[in-house]
Amino acid sequence: MVIKKALVIGGGVAGIQAALDIADAGYEVFLVEKDSSIGGHMIQYSEVFPTLDCPQCIMTPKMVQVGQHPNIRLLAYSEVESVSGEAGNFTVQVRRKASYVNWKKCTGCGLCQTKCPVTAPAEFERWLPFGPRKAIYVPFGQAVPNKPVIDRETCRFFTQGKCKICQRLCPTGAVDYEQKETVTEINVGAIIVATGFELYAKRDIPEFAVDADIVDGIEFERILCPGGPTAGSVMRPSDRKTPREVAFISCVGSRDPEHGFPYCSRVCCMYLAKLAMLYKHAVPDGQAYIFYMDIRSTGKGYEEFVQRAVEEDEVIYLRGRASRVFRDGEKLKVWGADTLTGKRVEVSCDMVVLGMAMIPNPKGVELARKLGLATDDYGFITEAHAKLRPLETSVPGIYVAGTAQGPKDIPDSVAQASGAASKVLALLASGEAVLEKAR
Amino acid sequence: MELHYYPGCTLKTRAKGLEDSAVAAMAALDIQLKEIERWNCCGTVYSLAEDDLAHHLAPVRNLIRAKEQGADRLGTLCSFCYHTLKRANILVRNDSAKRKTLNDFMEEEADYNGEVEVVHLLNVLKDEVGWEAVTQKVRVPLHGLKVAPYYGCTLLRPQEVAIDQVERPTILKELVEAIGGEAVDFPFATECCGSYQVVSNPNFAAQRAWEIISSAMRKGADALVLSCPLCHFNLSERQSELVQRYSDFTGMPIFYFTQLMALAFQLDSAVCHFGLERADPLPLLKSRNLVS
Repeated sequence: MVIKKALVIGGGVAGIQAALDIADAGYEVFLVEKDSSIGGHMIQYSEVFPTLDCPQCIMTPKMVQVGQHPNIRLLAYSEVESVSGEAGNFTVQVRRKASYVNWKKCTGCGLCQTKCPVTAPAEFERWLPFGPRKAIYVPFGQAVPNKPVIDRETCRFFTQGKCKICQRLCPTGAVDYEQKETVTEINVGAIIVATGFELYAKRDIPEFAVDADIVDGIEFERILCPGGPTAGSVMRPSDRKTPREVAFISCVGSRDPEHGFPYCSRVCCMYLAKLAMLYKHAVPDGQAYIFYMDIRSTGKGYEEFVQRAVEEDEVIYLRGRASRVFRDGEKLKVWGADTLTGKRVEVSCDMVVLGMAMIPNPKGVELARKLGLATDDYGFITEAHAKLRPLETSVPGIYVAGTAQGPKDIPDSVAQASGAASKVLALLASGEAVLEKAR
Repeated sequence: MELHYYPGCTLKTRAKGLEDSAVAAMAALDIQLKEIERWNCCGTVYSLAEDDLAHHLAPVRNLIRAKEQGADRLGTLCSFCYHTLKRANILVRNDSAKRKTLNDFMEEEADYNGEVEVVHLLNVLKDEVGWEAVTQKVRVPLHGLKVAPYYGCTLLRPQEVAIDQVERPTILKELVEAIGGEAVDFPFATECCGSYQVVSNPNFAAQRAWEIISSAMRKGADALVLSCPLCHFNLSERQSELVQRYSDFTGMPIFYFTQLMALAFQLDSAVCHFGLERADPLPLLKSRNLVS
């Protein structure tokens, strides 16, 4: 007998798509998200290639749908503790982290955050020195659910034993400093793992300096984002000045066995072209340079997009790797090679954006271990068959979608999520789990 | 403790200040440097040619000397000597065919199979003596002296012979701080000084010196510290000419790390041989009350 319910782990664009597809087909879905809101990395981006849509426009409707769907039970601020059972009948322990706010009572009015005396760098803004968050906070304006959490590490009540301003302000009495984490047990017939990616840490590239004005791709997305901490004004973190020249470096960590990641991260060529383009739109008299090894623009409309960056936005592409980035007074210097002319180049600029290697989310790697899923050397989940069973994992009844399986862009993540959802639907609808049979 | 050591040619001539200050400073730390007997040139440059085995005879012969004199380790000071001896030793250890050819060629010598370990004195200081023990010997902390650690190439590249992290080394910084000085990070710390290009293209080497020293000047350094007599030569030899060529260039003294140790330990300053320096360090040291 198959339990006709599914679990999706991870609330990024892949998890959202998978959950919606299963729910729309009439089955109950649990969506577990470790953060307090769904949205994943995509909701952090300024605009997305090659259409330059704004994720806040195209993604928030999907997020809201998840929040309101009668068949979806959203378990935000929760993590999967353990899974037992087998295809058709899994028992899953979900740890619901303490948010110190009773979300049933909370109406999401936001009053609690207005008088909180504590500020801390915002995780959602990648800890950039613009627009800090409060100790009681909702990560971003369009959060789903739109409910706050209290960060124990910085909250004045938890660190100094007094304050309680947010509790006094809350009109529904939802703030609860005594709240404890709980464990919920759920039973499902199938599981989709969509735990996503993280970027390799830029400080781990020793030939590049550690400097406030050297940022990774997601940090620059936040700086460009109209809804971001600078309200879309491009400014560099060190002194808030408009960068007149920006150098973008591809394949930092990726395609580089020396740094441990021989694989291609697949999206950097495109998002660096996009970031350079958006930078030029914001600072039309600025200059963007891109150091690249090859341009891998294989998606639909992608090559045209890169050509547009070169021809319309006058982005200067330099074919070669950068060997060193360091500060020299007001400026950053990038040393590299132009392998087309065979010469050394030095670019003096105000900001540097690094296309860091995409790596599996460390929490996802931990989860894969708990679930007994096979992973590759880097922690990406291995498919049951690289060619013919790309959505199944090594454990029957558990499927994979999005960047948890390997670096990929948004359309591929969404397509894979719908594919995984249809696999789950086939299992739930058939009423029996047929093991070890390739379909 | 006694440590066999290999000085190399330059330490007997222009880099006398490196050798004498090292022997004195290590003695203060209860390590007696014992010069191996009958050593010859280290080979200077490690040959990368696949069939150029003759080039490796010199370093391997030195290692044979060390072995027959009972050394299981051989300490080095000069970065180039360290580099050629260490790499030749790795070659002997890893390539049995070349090892046999070398041993057969030197039929008058006992066979050598890589038994001696080549070490740089900086690693001995960090890993065996320890920075705390170094600090305990300090009598005159180098307070107020801003020193930029300069590594050059041969201490760090390739990875298999690197004395520290290849791209972001800290060992000289740790030493400078252990003796009370202020270490100044600068972006040219691991750039090449121009090396032997100075023979065929002396202007190129002068240009490198200008770039490296100017960068350290911009970071506020008073001086550079290093362990290589060739870097020392390239960085100090042309300074007076550069001062004339560039109006904003003042130059700076170049110290061997052992000279700074001798100063901090308040050893007889004669061991530093400051008289051999082209970029006179005495005005700087006097202004910081580090020499009288």
